[in-house]
Amino acid sequence: MKKVKVYVTLRESVLDPQGSAVMGSLHKMGYGEVEDVRIGKYLELVIGDSERDVDALVNELCHRLLANTVIEDYRYEIEEVVSQ
Amino acid sequence: MKFAVIVFPGSNCDLDMYHAVKDELGEEAEYVWHDSKDLSGYDGILLPGGFSYGDYLRCGAIAQFSGVMDEVRKAAEAGKPVLGICNGFQILTEAGLLPGVLLRNKNLKFMCRTVGLKVENNNTLFTNEYEQGQEIQIPIAHGEGNYFCDDATYSHLKENNQIVFTYADDFNGSRNNVAGIINERGNVLGMMPHPERAVSELIGGKDGLALFRSIVKQWREAHVSHA
Repeated sequence: MKKVKVYVTLRESVLDPQGSAVMGSLHKMGYGEVEDVRIGKYLELVIGDSERDVDALVNELCHRLLANTVIEDYRYEIEEVVSQ
Repeated sequence: MKFAVIVFPGSNCDLDMYHAVKDELGEEAEYVWHDSKDLSGYDGILLPGGFSYGDYLRCGAIAQFSGVMDEVRKAAEAGKPVLGICNGFQILTEAGLLPGVLLRNKNLKFMCRTVGLKVENNNTLFTNEYEQGQEIQIPIAHGEGNYFCDDATYSHLKENNQIVFTYADDFNGSRNNVAGIINERGNVLGMMPHPERAVSELIGGKDGLALFRSIVKQWREAHVSHA
């Protein structure tokens, strides 16, 4: 069994109005050193033992549903989970 | 002409869509649940607005894999008119039937008001009852209506006259004020504004009615024989 941590982020070329609003708020709070805020998504998947290559599988899931690659990039980490 | 109004969990403009074609135009219409496996009996497919699957993950992301979407693809490939309004437009982009994506409005607000739209292309099966360049008044109601696509896609849309409606003013951040686009073949239209909410003077205007009339007119010309 594996735990896959997927990070989905807006591409650099895409404006992130939500991130801009949060940055504006941080600036008002006095944290002027914050130069940029980008908001993304974090997903955790637990993947059972399978014949399929886990990298190929995760890439397929990301391309087909988890990320919209027109505007988003993704990266992921895989952890082995020892079942108890 | 017989329309299917696709109903996803969370659709909320399905009744307005039905009302527009059934009550205002007197055409046939039926609600079709999102897991339907057969749209062969319908001449036109309408994807209504709303918040399908709660807009979880991204607007339209979950709905693109609804059982009925394979049938919607088939209908599009068969050349039938497919119209996606608001969330319906978002579903069509997620499903890859139209290019680009709808982002959060640039001011982060859900915006609900009547806006001016310019008919950029009246040579489509959805807009033949409008004048080229006509400005019409149609309500919008969306939080994610900020149309985005890359430069290459935009040039392609522009060159092929696939931009059908633009906003008279920029209020949501859409690239070059794009409000509605059509596929290359010309039978799949997606738009954020709600023509189905502008079909009677009683509710503030009927500039949207010509869109539905256009679909029916084109279909009649193609299918009714004059023996």
